[in-house]
Amino acid sequence: MTGPTQRTTPASAADERAAEALEAEQRLAEEHEAGRGRPAWGPLPRRSAPKAASPLLSLRTPISVSARWTLAVLSFAIPLLAWVVLSFSGAVDSTFLPSPAAVLKAGLDMAGTGELFDDLWATTQRVLEGFGLAVLVSVPLGILMGTFTAGQAFFEPLIGLLRYLPASAFIPLLIIWLGIGEPSKVAMLFMGTVFFNTLMTADVVRGVPSSLIDVSYTLGARRGEVLRKIVVPHSLPGMIDAIRVNAAAAWNFVVVAELINASAGLGYRIARAQRFLQTDRIFAVLVVIGVAGLVIDVLLSKLRTRVGKWAA
Amino acid sequence: MTLELRNVAKDYTVRGKVTRALDGVDLEVRRGEFVCVVGASGSGKSTLLSLVAGLSRPTEGEIVLDGVPVTGPGPDRGLVFQAGALYPWRSVEKNVAFGLELLAIDPAERAERVNWYLAETGLDGVRKSLPKQLSGGQKQRVAIARALACEPEVLLLDEPFGALDVQTKEDMQVLIRQVWADTGTTVLMVTHDVEEAVFLGGRVVVLASDPGRIAADVEVALPAERDLAVKREPDFLALRARIEDLVREQHRGHVSRVAAVE
Repeated sequence: MTGPTQRTTPASAADERAAEALEAEQRLAEEHEAGRGRPAWGPLPRRSAPKAASPLLSLRTPISVSARWTLAVLSFAIPLLAWVVLSFSGAVDSTFLPSPAAVLKAGLDMAGTGELFDDLWATTQRVLEGFGLAVLVSVPLGILMGTFTAGQAFFEPLIGLLRYLPASAFIPLLIIWLGIGEPSKVAMLFMGTVFFNTLMTADVVRGVPSSLIDVSYTLGARRGEVLRKIVVPHSLPGMIDAIRVNAAAAWNFVVVAELINASAGLGYRIARAQRFLQTDRIFAVLVVIGVAGLVIDVLLSKLRTRVGKWAA
Repeated sequence: MTLELRNVAKDYTVRGKVTRALDGVDLEVRRGEFVCVVGASGSGKSTLLSLVAGLSRPTEGEIVLDGVPVTGPGPDRGLVFQAGALYPWRSVEKNVAFGLELLAIDPAERAERVNWYLAETGLDGVRKSLPKQLSGGQKQRVAIARALACEPEVLLLDEPFGALDVQTKEDMQVLIRQVWADTGTTVLMVTHDVEEAVFLGGRVVVLASDPGRIAADVEVALPAERDLAVKREPDFLALRARIEDLVREQHRGHVSRVAAVE
């Protein structure tokens, strides 16, 4: 090492420049460290590291397939277990809470005589008619409201109001107008779902990006073509979503309508069982209603997935 | 083909307040030209393009294509948005075919035309894919092919590569130069990227801000055959610097005016 001697020897111009540059750099680093550009705040308080949580308790974290299935099974098993315990222990009178076995037997009895299937079909038919009609009216109306500002201005105030009138409150009026037969029930179902489905469809249609509509015009499309080839296909998955939500509402309304007056249907079956205090039958019908609703929901959900494959 | 903007002005009314986005714009684009419009924010670049596309009407002045005033959108002025605006439920080839489906042409010829534009834009391998499966660059290729398939008199590009990463952007720049040469189409492109404008354009129009006016119209004196290497040539760099200075000047003016308003 010849360092000490070298340092005392006269440095060349290049060395001098290098030394200056180094000094300047150091000065800059010191100033940077001192943070001269900002007020002299104290250090920010540090928080302790968060505790690690299991996936089950972490926000938006996928859980394992087995955990998913376990939870799904538990979601049915826990209420079922509570039911079994409550009814078999005798804590609740079997008149009020029949045992699962009694409910199963009542269900099988009703299925055996065929009346359960007749009722299910009668109810399904009403839903198909009433809600089907509501879809036929609300989809074009919703498209109209979602695409034409004029349509929006004309229909929105009225429909916005009508949707808050409870359909069940119209039952007496509908019976006066249409009698106690099928038409009043179908009309009630229609009223209960048409306004919501219209507004939801309009919302979906309004969600079609303007850029897609604009670009279609620049590609030569006319108004009708834009509606048919752009607005409708883009809205289709959303429309099915709306139908899915309102199908559940329709399924609720039909049972309400049948409770009041009917000669067949799941609601009628419940009302009739009530008269004879047959809670086991009521429970059996409730189970059937739940399962039928679930089947409709799964079917519509499958359709939605198939139609909406393109959505990111 | 000539596209003419004659003394075009455009006002916007926002909450009762009228703002002039463009004022006294005179611009002529001739057949086969590649014209790039650059400008700082607030210069009304996109407004200009939307007026030419016919998606909005000028407050004053007129836009004339081949002697016919523009009164609405049409396939003679194909538009490519920054975000592509692809039809998400249509496959790549069906996106490209959209404009042709509206015309009474033989399906075989339609397919042939679609195939040519797919090949030209390098989309052969993804023709059956849905837009959501594509990369950003591929999406813009589809948007360009879709607009070109209608054989527009002028292709309008609204910051089409603004959202792409640098490498993809350069690929697309080379591609659009190639497509421009192959199809002989006329291009009017809006961008905020001066380098891109100089590389692509035969002319670069600089817009002033508040309201948007034409501040400069610069001829790009570079060879028609350009590759990316030209971006390092002194001529290119000098022109780029000159235009950047013009844009920067407008931008500073815009910032101080915005600050004064606030």
